[in-house]
Amino acid sequence: MIGRAGQNPTGVQESALDSENRVAAGKQDMLLRVSELKMWFPIQRGILQRHVGDVKAVDGISFNIVRGETLGLVGESGCGKSTTGRAILQLYRPTSGSVLFNGRNLTTIKGGELRHMRRQMQMIFQDPYASLNPRMTVGNIVGEPLEVHNIGDRAERLDRVRELLAVVGLNPYFINRYPHEFSGGQRQRIGVARALAVNPSFIVCDEPISALDVSIQAQVINLLEDLQEQFGLTYLFIAHDLSVVRHISDRIAVMYLGKIMELTDRDELYRNPMHPYTQALLSAVPIPDPAIEEKRHRIILEGDVPSPVNPPIGCNFSTRCPKVMEICKEHEPDFRDYGEGHFVACWLYQK
Amino acid sequence: MSRLLEVEGLETRFFTQDGVVHAVNGISYYLDEGETLAIVGESGCGKSVSVMSLLRLIPQPPGKITGGEVWFEGKDLLKLTDDEIRQVRGNRIAMIFQDPMTSLNPVLTIGYQISEALILHMGMNKEAARKRSVELLELVGIPRAADRLDDYPHQFSGGMRQRVMIAMGLSCNPQLLIADEPTTALDVTIQAQITDLVTRLRDEVGMAIIWITHDLGVVAGLADRVIVMYAGFIVEESAVKDLYADPRHPYTIGLLGSLPRLDEARGHRLTSIEGLPPDLIDLPQGCPFYIRCKYHIERCATENPKLEPVAPGHKIACWVDVRTGRGRTE
Repeated sequence: MIGRAGQNPTGVQESALDSENRVAAGKQDMLLRVSELKMWFPIQRGILQRHVGDVKAVDGISFNIVRGETLGLVGESGCGKSTTGRAILQLYRPTSGSVLFNGRNLTTIKGGELRHMRRQMQMIFQDPYASLNPRMTVGNIVGEPLEVHNIGDRAERLDRVRELLAVVGLNPYFINRYPHEFSGGQRQRIGVARALAVNPSFIVCDEPISALDVSIQAQVINLLEDLQEQFGLTYLFIAHDLSVVRHISDRIAVMYLGKIMELTDRDELYRNPMHPYTQALLSAVPIPDPAIEEKRHRIILEGDVPSPVNPPIGCNFSTRCPKVMEICKEHEPDFRDYGEGHFVACWLYQK
Repeated sequence: MSRLLEVEGLETRFFTQDGVVHAVNGISYYLDEGETLAIVGESGCGKSVSVMSLLRLIPQPPGKITGGEVWFEGKDLLKLTDDEIRQVRGNRIAMIFQDPMTSLNPVLTIGYQISEALILHMGMNKEAARKRSVELLELVGIPRAADRLDDYPHQFSGGMRQRVMIAMGLSCNPQLLIADEPTTALDVTIQAQITDLVTRLRDEVGMAIIWITHDLGVVAGLADRVIVMYAGFIVEESAVKDLYADPRHPYTIGLLGSLPRLDEARGHRLTSIEGLPPDLIDLPQGCPFYIRCKYHIERCATENPKLEPVAPGHKIACWVDVRTGRGRTE
């Protein structure tokens, strides 16, 4: 149904592959390749707007996403995870680095060409209250991407919107209602329907469930999983909640202060976290079971995240790291593969 | 341990243009000295309103406490005069809130805000209050406490602000600390710092805590007892271990099933609770969870079950025994 317009390069047979196969076959089927991506925001002062520094929100990160997989991007607030999502979609134009999507470098194209590429990549936002225009009906909101991209005529678009509402579990009868008439979970479904409208192959989910209640969170997670299977979607799933990310992702990247500290398969990350930051982060996540909580050892990190305007010299985590060494304060470690795609940037392993 | 707080049939309503919002619907619970009680529920379940009502902090109008008694240190808090309740607030019972930025006054220094309660409730002079403020900030782990006294809230990070709030809460050695989602706005590593701090202080100072949260994960490592609320009712009350090992109310079971867990196996699907909580203006006649409940029987549609014991220290408000799927009284 959704694939009827035939623009989706990911066929349905794609989703039949299980995730392991997808990752194994990854070398051939790379959807997204991000290299040395930097997104710095200039700080300007005075009446002459002199350039006095930069907020290094994303500071040289590289990763790949295989077609059909979900890459989780976790980190605490201000670590640059949302900026990464936006810089990939060219909602911000990156300072440097490249973003290869289906082999095309998005950072060098613009105008109509970029708009055309955007048909294949969409975004779901965190706040379902702020990301829907309160003066537009649900029909107009979900249909807008179709209008922007000149897909179909009025009647076709209306049919398509009804179909999309049904797909995300809303009654197509709601088409003329306004966002305020819906609950948070339902609004997030509207946001999902809008993202699906143009048949994208790649969706950036930017904290899509953080604003929702627990029981509603589960509804939206299940919906995202179903849609992925149904339409062979690829997700970049950005969240601060490690339990959620572990649940939905195939691979996980851990960000801290503009850099990726560790990237590996979801189970490997939880079984064998190598970076001290990942270890602390995992130990801090509460597990809903008092028997386990009683026995757990928590690594309590001292202090707060430093400012991205003036990140530490050497490793970004060196100011809070419980295992810090002299070299960490002077030189930055490489982001290296320590076997089977387990990437870590830490001097503990780099001799 | 002796009883510290006893809430009987507390009922709070909001009289709005759209109708009467039944925010808290006759809930009863107790708290012993030094005990940590968690109140868990989703937004709009009445967990915050229920504790705000204890201290009569709900805005009136439109809010009104329409029934119940709150016994604390031999007095019914709901019958005290305004002056008397002010002696209890911040002094015997302290409260910390979710968002430390909006609950601190941005134009007053941290030192001033902590001293205020000390001067007011403990009758200290400025000098002594300042000294005590430094001690309190050190107690909650703020580095260079003496220097930071003259800083303003915006000069602190989120976690540090929450520490300041806790320092203010502890300033008058309260018997009871009410923490309303104190870690919800914080990152997980900072959340760990704060829960660690609060449990340490609880053990040192020996105060009781009511911890309000929507996060069943935080509760597991923190509370002695848990109350689960839904649509202004208590639906389950139990010792923390029993609640996770042997939940008896379908809503609690649903909540636990919808939580992704850090230690879960691959390929597990979340069991979400379908539908939405009821409209508090127009509560259903029967059990408020009835329409979303997988276990419901005929009786649930017409009669709202009372909170009744099913095991020692374990109460639920449900007609059904979830282990058999049949009515409990059959």
